[in-house]
Amino acid sequence: MHRKVLQLLVDNTSGVLSRISGLFSRRGYNIESITAGVTADPRYTRITIVTSGDDEILDQIKKQVAKLVDVRDIKELKPSESVYRELAMIKVKTSAEQRQGVIAVADIFRAKIVDVSKDSLIIELTGNQDKIEAFISLLEGYEILELARTGIAGLGRGTENVTYL
Amino acid sequence: MIGADAMVKCLEAENVEYVFGYPGVAICPFYNSILESDIQTILIRTEQNAAHAASGLTRVSGKPGVCAVTSGPGATNVITGIATAFADSIPLICITGQVDSSLLGSDVFQEADITGAVESFVKYSYLVKDANEIPRIFKEAFYIANSGRKGPVLIDVPIDVQNAPLRDFAYPEAVNLRTYKPTVKGHAVQIKKVVGELAKAKRPIICAGGGVLLSDAEKELRAFAEEYKIPVVSTMMGIGVMPTRHPMYYGMVGNNGKPYANRAMNESDLLVMVGARVADRAVSQPDLITENKILVHIDVDPAEIGKNVGAAIPLVGDAKHIFADLAKEKFTCEHTEWIETLNEYRATMERKRDPNPEYVDPAEFIRMLSEQMADDAVYVADVGQNQIWSCACHVVKNGRFLTTGGMGTMGYSIPAAMGAKLAVPDRQVVAVCGDGSFQMSMMELATMRQFNVPVKIIVLKNNYLGMVRQYQHFTYADKYSVVDLSGSPDLEKLAMAYDMKFMRLHTMEGAQDAIEAFLAQDESVLLECIIDPTDLV
Repeated sequence: MHRKVLQLLVDNTSGVLSRISGLFSRRGYNIESITAGVTADPRYTRITIVTSGDDEILDQIKKQVAKLVDVRDIKELKPSESVYRELAMIKVKTSAEQRQGVIAVADIFRAKIVDVSKDSLIIELTGNQDKIEAFISLLEGYEILELARTGIAGLGRGTENVTYL
Repeated sequence: MIGADAMVKCLEAENVEYVFGYPGVAICPFYNSILESDIQTILIRTEQNAAHAASGLTRVSGKPGVCAVTSGPGATNVITGIATAFADSIPLICITGQVDSSLLGSDVFQEADITGAVESFVKYSYLVKDANEIPRIFKEAFYIANSGRKGPVLIDVPIDVQNAPLRDFAYPEAVNLRTYKPTVKGHAVQIKKVVGELAKAKRPIICAGGGVLLSDAEKELRAFAEEYKIPVVSTMMGIGVMPTRHPMYYGMVGNNGKPYANRAMNESDLLVMVGARVADRAVSQPDLITENKILVHIDVDPAEIGKNVGAAIPLVGDAKHIFADLAKEKFTCEHTEWIETLNEYRATMERKRDPNPEYVDPAEFIRMLSEQMADDAVYVADVGQNQIWSCACHVVKNGRFLTTGGMGTMGYSIPAAMGAKLAVPDRQVVAVCGDGSFQMSMMELATMRQFNVPVKIIVLKNNYLGMVRQYQHFTYADKYSVVDLSGSPDLEKLAMAYDMKFMRLHTMEGAQDAIEAFLAQDESVLLECIIDPTDLV
């Protein structure tokens, strides 16, 4: 089983996300995360899917997805040739005494404090998944009240693999 | 002009002659507008059969058949027909009426999320939200359905969109789809590789699937096989690519196929699969077809190549284009010995049957029937034991053999035969079904009568769901469950009720004359053959 990051360019039509996620569920493919957003050209949406499977399954996934009428382009974002980022928002229960400790850890990770209340903090952190996992594990001594992660978005490095529309 | 008028104009622009369907309020604007057109409407008796009839029409005419049904239950009833077409890559255009778009999602009367429900059985679907989009959507729908790997496309049109005024109507000349561009032409390098291997091969074989018929490439394939003396076998959907008695044809492969066809495929050193999915019924052990041989897989759908088996030489493209390109390459090859071996297999490995003389022998009957049928006749086989006997015994000359291979939908033959007969009224069209599959579609006898579609129907009657009974015989040691069809109607009386000619055959005695009389009828005729309930395929 390998983990792979796929990048799709699709027509920005209604229901396109459901067609793609439907294909994954119907054929039994895994989705670890999926993110979608409109591109600079509003006719297209870029979707980043993190999936896993053996080589044969990953090959089938690519072919089956490419076959969907709305899909313009699909390519794999290889770790060595791409940049991935994920955003996480973490709400930590903090008493007045605990607050400085959490802020110190957040500073090391260049995370931002985006909300403070008398007994909690919301931390915003961007990075690759390892960084986010590492940060979360450092918060083990505290109580995480809520956690929201976006799943990764990614782009290939340089101009070689750009799909011109 | 309103949306409904535009929908009809689009169908006219696509040269649609028939629309199969069933009305309801949500599709009434369309059925009102169609009165102003020369397009003929066929009121089918249940919506599933609208899709089957459209499928039959498509398969003999090459043009996508059209069906139009109402929202809610009308739309959901048609799903099995759509799924059947999807499994066999048959292009269809299914128009569904929908509730008023302002009410969508509020569970009003006869609302069903049909685009959502058919998502996994269509090539594409549209929910039309603006009447001005109708010309573009219809143009795209016909193009998508009938290009690349073909398949059904559904267009869901809310009633207010059908009634909305259009600024102007212009049917687009061309489609402009940014994302959909199927590969039809084979890659030149891959074609050279195939030719290189064919020149080296000692025991080459071509396995033709339904894709060859869908791309209308029979002539090209036949000419290629004849020129280089390459033997051909076929899948169930590929029956008819070669005439059954063609010297280079070695039958259908698969667990219900000819033993000599399977043996030929297994012993080959170069297997060219074309327009075939390597599906479980044709190739039960995909590993075997790559063992000690080179597999060339030609398909217009890149996702089929490598799905069930890895090909040494993948070749994506439309069969017609690929055989045209292959015909341009010249090479020499020699495999007389291989052909002699296969001829011996064919002559000696036919399965022996031991028919009960008290009944009609379905295998022999189908052979006799098809031998007497016209050269270009259309034979539609249903699903069940009848389908297996039909595949094994039907002798294709230069006509067509239609059946549902992928989905195996009972009740397909009568509506499909009706659609085919409307498309080619001058050709003989015969539907062959069992008494189970007949009863799934017998309501269409009324449609045949109303619209004067003279289909010839054979019912192989054994008062059982024979295929399942056979399975229970082998798997559950003759413990039969829910397969007894006693209580079925007297078909003679039924035929009388529908003003149909009726004939019955109890044994093979007089079969030849009965078949002759049956085929000579100009009107619809039903021939019941009483077969042995204990017979096995």
